Amino acid sequence: MNGSFSLARISAMLGKEFIQMKRDRLTLAMLVGIPLMQLFLFGYAINMVPRHLATVVSISDPGMFTDSILAALSESSYFDVVKATNSPVEARRMLADGRASFVVNIPANFSRDLVRGAHPSLLVEADATDPAAGSYALAALPTLVNTALRDDLTGPLAARAAQTPAFNVVVHQLYNPENNTQYNIVPGLLGVILTMTMVMATSIALTRERERGTYENLLAMPTRPVEIMIGKIVPNIFVGAIQSALILSVAKYVFGVPMIGSFVLLSATAMIYITALLAVGYTISTVAQNQMQAMQMTFFVFLPSIMLSGFIFPFRGMPVWAQWIGEVMPITHFLRIVRGILLKGNGPAEVWSDVWPMILFLFAAGTIAVRRFRRTLD
Amino acid sequence: MSEERYAIDVRGLTKRFGKKVAVNGIDIAVPEGQVWGFLGPNGSGKTTTIRMLCGLLNADAGEGTCLGYDFRTQSEQIKLETGYMTQKFSFWEDLSIRENLDFVARLYQLPKRHALVDRTLEKLGLKQRQHQLAGDLSGGWKQRMALAACTLHSPKLLLLDEPTAGVDPKARRDFWDEIHNLASTGITVLVSTHYMDEAERCDRIVYISVGNIVARGTVAEIIEQSKLITFTIEGEAARPLAERLRGLPGVVFVTFFGAVLHVSGYDRAKLDTALAPYRSDPHLVIRETTPTLEDVFIELQETNGEGNS
Repeated sequence: MNGSFSLARISAMLGKEFIQMKRDRLTLAMLVGIPLMQLFLFGYAINMVPRHLATVVSISDPGMFTDSILAALSESSYFDVVKATNSPVEARRMLADGRASFVVNIPANFSRDLVRGAHPSLLVEADATDPAAGSYALAALPTLVNTALRDDLTGPLAARAAQTPAFNVVVHQLYNPENNTQYNIVPGLLGVILTMTMVMATSIALTRERERGTYENLLAMPTRPVEIMIGKIVPNIFVGAIQSALILSVAKYVFGVPMIGSFVLLSATAMIYITALLAVGYTISTVAQNQMQAMQMTFFVFLPSIMLSGFIFPFRGMPVWAQWIGEVMPITHFLRIVRGILLKGNGPAEVWSDVWPMILFLFAAGTIAVRRFRRTLD
Repeated sequence: MSEERYAIDVRGLTKRFGKKVAVNGIDIAVPEGQVWGFLGPNGSGKTTTIRMLCGLLNADAGEGTCLGYDFRTQSEQIKLETGYMTQKFSFWEDLSIRENLDFVARLYQLPKRHALVDRTLEKLGLKQRQHQLAGDLSGGWKQRMALAACTLHSPKLLLLDEPTAGVDPKARRDFWDEIHNLASTGITVLVSTHYMDEAERCDRIVYISVGNIVARGTVAEIIEQSKLITFTIEGEAARPLAERLRGLPGVVFVTFFGAVLHVSGYDRAKLDTALAPYRSDPHLVIRETTPTLEDVFIELQETNGEGNS
């Protein structure tokens, strides 16, 4: 009886495990932190019906109804009119570099044609790289404008208001006309997979030396923190490059994701992105005591990267605070760059607004890592 | 004496970890070209002291020089001219022997690296096994490789932290021959150890306990300073005696060296009284002896603090 199953031994085992669990503060923090983080992110930040989407109104007709349309769009919770311009080129540019999700074109003679009963068209161009993001707003648009104009169409024009519809709304789904979700997800995966692997790769860089006892030796020899950091990061850039090539090949040949823009530009920005991630990982490794802790911290980076970057959930749908967190992370910018280059054919001018934040991030992370790096064993 | 130059010359060296004082204001002055032994129980502050000397730990207080450089501000220069061998093997086990040596040579930017590594491997007798992983080496070979690696840049000062722990006697002897070879070329060596035979091979010994130096000098001086009186008791009946003698007035400690019982104290009269009942026993041979270094060290450890920790 005693030989087969012993409550005393089980309680001894339990006692030991509880003591060890209590000592492992970081794991305990994870057990509390991860659920809270997920609850808040899913509960508050994720919104499947994005509102306040940045909209540019391109005005080629300064006619009497333009102001009403503008006012209607502004009042709607779906649209935020960030700019009203009379330059269609500028409007298109803002759509390309991601500053706007929609361009509402009020064509020349719109007001005149409406008055004449000629059924003019409102042309709406939508950034369809993320097909889910804009669908609700687009569905609401015709009703919205119609309601607004009904107030204007009074007196002799009341007859126009009665006509349904007095105008047409023509929607162009730009960049992804078939609304293919894979075109959005697969390029996004490039950013997500790199985050997983690259941060992890360098997060164990110093902790491994520390665990094996070689860290002391490294410090006893004439090495400088920056030299050690560069030495740890550079080899992983090659690993990241190979991964990127692999993912992009699958994206192109298996999923048929279009690749409109420049491959060279994509490679260059991917290098910056990879290096920024490696710097994050390296910063973790200057803090973590062992490889286990490094892995746990990596997970802390990974979770918001997926949730708040616009990878799965529309970025514009998130509350402002969540967008700010998103803007800090390199993945958010890289996702815009990848989708922009592959699907929109963006060039250096359009992607620059997302490149410099990554560079800034890279330098900040690198500086923190070098400063965190202890040249002594204190 | 005034002409003597010191490789290590520090005063008031202090290190605290939280509230615990690990090293409590010690002074060490090691003349160039000497081999000094650094002894003391586990946790007495040996490793901490060595790490402060080569800039791996910041001292909380103290001043002085290592190789003529201020040890608190010029640790980069000190590192360039110092070889430090860690207590635990700290070279890269997943690199080959040659790759390890090559890496070290490159960090120190040594000229004619390839030839230097070749020569070192030859001297070590590891030429045939140079492509073997360092992790596959036995304890003794790891030690030799580590010594070769940390002397590759021809340092002027060698800091060795328990270099022979867990190494077989033959390898230990070879290791010490090598240390004396190095010393004969003018290198200064500070080596920490727990082995008495190794301590006896040193020019001078420093004994540290709970962060304080409690004895220093040559082996003979340290034995002399201790004022210890030691009797040996031999014979079949000696074994049960230890428990009976322990705690008697005048008996400071009782230890077995092999089958021989060493009984030590300071007060000859009291010791005599304690031993008197056993003098007549025909199965016991009791005689006075010069205390060994080990007697003295056990005494130092017993009187100065924590004992075995």
